[in-house]
Amino acid sequence: MRSIDFLMRQRLVVGLVCLGILIASYAAVVVTEYDVVKGFRSIPKAVIWSSENFYPDEKSLKRLPKIIAKMQETLVTAVTATTCAAFVGFLVAILGANATRPHWVFSIVSRAIASLFRNVDVSAWSLILLFSFGQSMFTGYLALFFVTFGFMVRMLMETIDLSSADTIEALRATGASPSAVITQSVIPTCMPQFVSWTLFMIETNIRSATLVGILTGTGIGNLFDIYYKSLNYHAASLVIVVIVIAVLLIESVSNAIRRVVLQ
Amino acid sequence: MPVLHVENVRKTYGGSSFALDGVSFSIEKGEFVAIIGPSGAGKSTLLRCINRLIAVTSGTVSVNGTDVTKVSNSGLRVLRRTVGMIFQHYNLVNRLTVIENVLHGRLGYKSSLSGTFGLFSHAEKMRAYELLQAVGLSEQIYQRCGQLSGGQKQRVGIARALIQDPTLMLCDEPIASLDPNAAKIVMDTLRDINQRLGITVVANLHQVHAAREYAHRIIGVNAGKVVFDGPPSLLTLEIIQQIYGSEAQDLMLADGELHA
Repeated sequence: MRSIDFLMRQRLVVGLVCLGILIASYAAVVVTEYDVVKGFRSIPKAVIWSSENFYPDEKSLKRLPKIIAKMQETLVTAVTATTCAAFVGFLVAILGANATRPHWVFSIVSRAIASLFRNVDVSAWSLILLFSFGQSMFTGYLALFFVTFGFMVRMLMETIDLSSADTIEALRATGASPSAVITQSVIPTCMPQFVSWTLFMIETNIRSATLVGILTGTGIGNLFDIYYKSLNYHAASLVIVVIVIAVLLIESVSNAIRRVVLQ
Repeated sequence: MPVLHVENVRKTYGGSSFALDGVSFSIEKGEFVAIIGPSGAGKSTLLRCINRLIAVTSGTVSVNGTDVTKVSNSGLRVLRRTVGMIFQHYNLVNRLTVIENVLHGRLGYKSSLSGTFGLFSHAEKMRAYELLQAVGLSEQIYQRCGQLSGGQKQRVGIARALIQDPTLMLCDEPIASLDPNAAKIVMDTLRDINQRLGITVVANLHQVHAAREYAHRIIGVNAGKVVFDGPPSLLTLEIIQQIYGSEAQDLMLADGELHA
């Protein structure tokens, strides 16, 4: 009998959670005065509008070289910010991980830094940094750097503690110096995860970089913003096409790298 | 002078209970000692207190006359390099090759700089090769450790410990994760090291039959205390029950030979 009670209780919990979500959705609709029917009915209209206006035409193709140049700029910013942040993040993660820290104080400091940088959104960083660094590539670079840095510190601290604790113990037992333990055990063990997270962040950051560009007035994001606000929808759509192609390209390259590194 | 002298060692991880509660024994050069006891008796903690992977709460541990509990950081490195250690889960860097893992055993003899960059001499590489030949892995030198079987990994672990030129070898459950065949090869290798090279071996074993078969002396630990210390011939059924408590019944079933 007890097991049946237990199962009933499980069902009840799932049912209550579902009910809660429904109530929350309904409350949100009421509060924001969102008309669900109208919302769905406008989808066909949006599709029709897009197919009539939002496609690259012949005239917009003349702008392609400029668009590609800006895309390159954004790609380079994203890749540089990510790789630099990943490298610095690895060093801070080594200082902060339980298995490799020189002193427990480093753990607390690393964790605090990681939380601060990771939990402030990339768009918020862009706006904050805009005050100090103005409208420049560097602002976008720093915003991406901060968020990536926070993420990498957090992920790599966990990776180090989970995957290298055993070998760290073994090398300590041979009398290896702390720096030798890191280069001979921690780095080789964590390298696949490090590469994998870095590639993941490059992919994410290329998307974020477009948004950051709109906010900081640089790169492909800014170009899209200009075309869109000047009602040049054909050129704006061409920018979207170029971004999609670039993202797909980068993803296929990073998947190829992953296959080689992670085997 | 004993190779290892442990006196009144206590270890507590905070709280009031002791993982080790006044452990004392002395081990002479050339002995093969098995430490047996139920899970959670403090065997692993005891072994790690010997090379200070875990610091003792009180008491003294001396290895070849050096007090492990008081030695400085650089002194600890010098001490650790003469104490080889192998582990239940092998603790190898799986992404590196077999020979690289063996060479890790030389890191204790290196300056921080050459250790960090992994600079090993030709003589050290030749020695690693010879040791791998001796444990029967000369075919696998350039394979990644992750590709080896459990028994092969443990033999890499043994080669890594031997290249340290140890006077004392600590084995933490060396065969607990191995099938009987691989376990026999590993235990035979350890016996060979002990008899031919005169290296003192201290092994935590969960298997009573392996302890009886290979060790000269058995130390039984229960709840952080030494409850038996003597040759295998004195290890009677009652004593095994004393050491293992409620776990004894399972062991009897596994070790049919003990009923005979």
